[in-house]
Amino acid sequence: MAGKIYSRPILFTLMVTAAVLAGSIVMMAYPMLRPDMHPKLEKLRPFTPLQLAGRDIYQREGCVNCHTQTVRPLRTEVMRYGDYSKAGEFFYDRPFLWGSKRTGPDLAREGGKRPDSWHAAHFENAQAIVPRSNMPPYGWLKKEKLDPVSVKAHMDGLGMPYTPQQIAELASKTEMDALIAYVQQLGHAVEKPRSAGGLDLAAVNPFSSSPQAIAAGAAIYIANCAVCHGNEAHGGIGPSFVDKKFLGEPGYGTDGEYFAIISAGSDAKKAIGRPGLPDGGMEAFGTQIPPDGIWRLVSFIRAQQHHEATEPAGVEKREHETGGKH
Amino acid sequence: MNEEYRYDYKTVEGYILSAIVWAVVGLVVGLLISVQIFAPSLNFAPWASFGRLRTVHTNILGFGLGIGAVFGLSFYIVMRLTRRPLLFPKLARLQLWLFNVGIFLALVTLAMGYTQSLEYAEMEWPLDIAIVILWVMFAVNVIGTILARREEQMYISLWYIIATVVAIAVLYIVNNLAIPVGPLKSYHLFAGVNSANVEWWYGHNVVGFLFTTPILAMFYYFFPKSTGLPIYSHRLSIVAFWSLVFGYLWTGAHHLVYSPLPDWIQTLGIVFTLFLIAPSWGSVVNGYATIGEDWGKMKTNYLAKFFILGITFYGLQTVQGPTQGLRVVSQLIHFTDWVPGHVHMGTMGWVALTVTASVYYVIPKMYGTEIYSVKLANVHFWLVLVGQLIFSATGWITGIQQGAMWKALTPEGTLKYTFMETLVKNYPYWHLRSLGGAIFIVGMVVFVLNVLLTIQKGRALEAGKFTAPAAA
Repeated sequence: MAGKIYSRPILFTLMVTAAVLAGSIVMMAYPMLRPDMHPKLEKLRPFTPLQLAGRDIYQREGCVNCHTQTVRPLRTEVMRYGDYSKAGEFFYDRPFLWGSKRTGPDLAREGGKRPDSWHAAHFENAQAIVPRSNMPPYGWLKKEKLDPVSVKAHMDGLGMPYTPQQIAELASKTEMDALIAYVQQLGHAVEKPRSAGGLDLAAVNPFSSSPQAIAAGAAIYIANCAVCHGNEAHGGIGPSFVDKKFLGEPGYGTDGEYFAIISAGSDAKKAIGRPGLPDGGMEAFGTQIPPDGIWRLVSFIRAQQHHEATEPAGVEKREHETGGKH
Repeated sequence: MNEEYRYDYKTVEGYILSAIVWAVVGLVVGLLISVQIFAPSLNFAPWASFGRLRTVHTNILGFGLGIGAVFGLSFYIVMRLTRRPLLFPKLARLQLWLFNVGIFLALVTLAMGYTQSLEYAEMEWPLDIAIVILWVMFAVNVIGTILARREEQMYISLWYIIATVVAIAVLYIVNNLAIPVGPLKSYHLFAGVNSANVEWWYGHNVVGFLFTTPILAMFYYFFPKSTGLPIYSHRLSIVAFWSLVFGYLWTGAHHLVYSPLPDWIQTLGIVFTLFLIAPSWGSVVNGYATIGEDWGKMKTNYLAKFFILGITFYGLQTVQGPTQGLRVVSQLIHFTDWVPGHVHMGTMGWVALTVTASVYYVIPKMYGTEIYSVKLANVHFWLVLVGQLIFSATGWITGIQQGAMWKALTPEGTLKYTFMETLVKNYPYWHLRSLGGAIFIVGMVVFVLNVLLTIQKGRALEAGKFTAPAAA
């Protein structure tokens, strides 16, 4: 009998079909019937028209070929990016955009990590912000206008809620605006870790103004901070450290407060009790720079503030002008 | 049985030549993106940026070269093993034209950014419909010709071709179900975790039933034909066939290890992935035992080494793959350059060696002549072998390095490296990888020349007409 099927093509084809369907049913079809394949986090919001337009551009440009959107539940991964990805975050994702290759960093927790202006500058010329980056240039997206009609059709196709005003507003937006809006909502449904809660705002810098610490802090500053805050700490995408203000209010912060904002990023603002800039978004460096390094950075910042206060007014003005150009 | 008939060789040749054209396009794009990854200034236009061209590369090689070769060589195998011409010869010609138009449109639309963002299912919905039509045409001809066969028993290669026809149809249709929202824009019918599960059920198996089963059909037919050695064990090929066809469809979730996909699906996927080593190695052992009947063929028959190295890479691939599925390995190498290294051992090693050797066998056979140059074929062999090894090995090394750097901690318990510090370490390996790719392409150019010169020689001999039924 068993040998007969090799001379009976129809029976053979049916048997092959049954073999192919067995695994397909158990692994692909059956799970669809289970609720754990369709979870939704309470805080998850559907895409706005602008965000969906941005997602379409993310798809069109093949961003998924180099960027993942899943933080795996591994210790170092959670430290590097943020909380691991939850099944309920992707309820509105058609298709999922988890990716399979991480040539650039994961983006699942990118939303709100950096200000819009950082993203605009980075899309324009990634290498200017992150030296030796291999990201292609996307400055041309600034010139491309959105098409409200097609975005509306896409929202309708997905059955997502929107207001006529949201659609009308698209006409004045560029593809760059949309892409940034999409990136900035990534991970919004998951509570950010409140690392700021455990920070000691009254902590004292163990290195104080030691010249070695200032030199070491300067090196860390150039590698991590200068891109946004300027080579001389006069500001750029992020605020200046030497303008006698701290987080949008007059007067410098304490050492512990500087440590907190560097370590925990914007999340520390609440604990510190200062508002920060309206569109500001300080990245948390606590998992990337060890505590000793952060204290050395604080030493460097203090040295810059001291330098600024004791420098003749004319010199300072000239530095500002040259710094402002780039 | 002695009635006069002609095999549809012109159709077969059309598919082979089409596949060669798409191979050249896909390989050149592949070389370009391998350079773009370390030279971002080469992303000189939106349509020529890495994000779009990577999709062009995989689709043109997978569907243009891959399916083109599978169509042509399957038709050849089916005709020879059924001892008759195709049941619908005109349908096969129409399918050839539709195929080339479809791949051309895929090239254009993907470069323009029209994509479903599902790996290996990027083509937008109108092209999906065209592909389904193409596949139905192929299925009707293959199954129809087999039903009208003049040889009672179906040989192993026909089993694998039938499995390919069935599985690709199921996979392609389900994963491409979408909500169309524009002429070239759609959204996956499935959302979130479910979308991921359907896609990788498809993604893993489309590789299995495009780069495994039809290539095994070629191996089981052309390897014995070109060496004159019968397959060592028929029983082993039966066991290997059924366990492969049954086991494959369970394994896609190994692409989603440590993702938010429910754990039981991941674990069951990993278990079946390990099981799959057995049927894969069934064919590997069969291949080795066959050449074991006369190892001298490796020296005297220029095609034997293509097939044996091909099945060797298949064997390595099917051990490396399941190893990668293990959680402890996945957490180190997933998302790194190890993965493209793995994929390219399969495509540049197993698939390319087996397909090109099959073409070397078929083209002279159709013209009743000999290959233009065995020496050139040997040059081709060594170039693609060296090119592929450089390409894969650099990926593995830099993948392990990057994976380890991502996981490294300082004594204080903070991350040791920033993401950029891990990325810049890839650059030297990416340079080497492009070198490997370039060597591989030179080898493929030698292959194309050899095939074209053989066709020219065959046409000159006017030996295109084949009249007597030969032994299958």
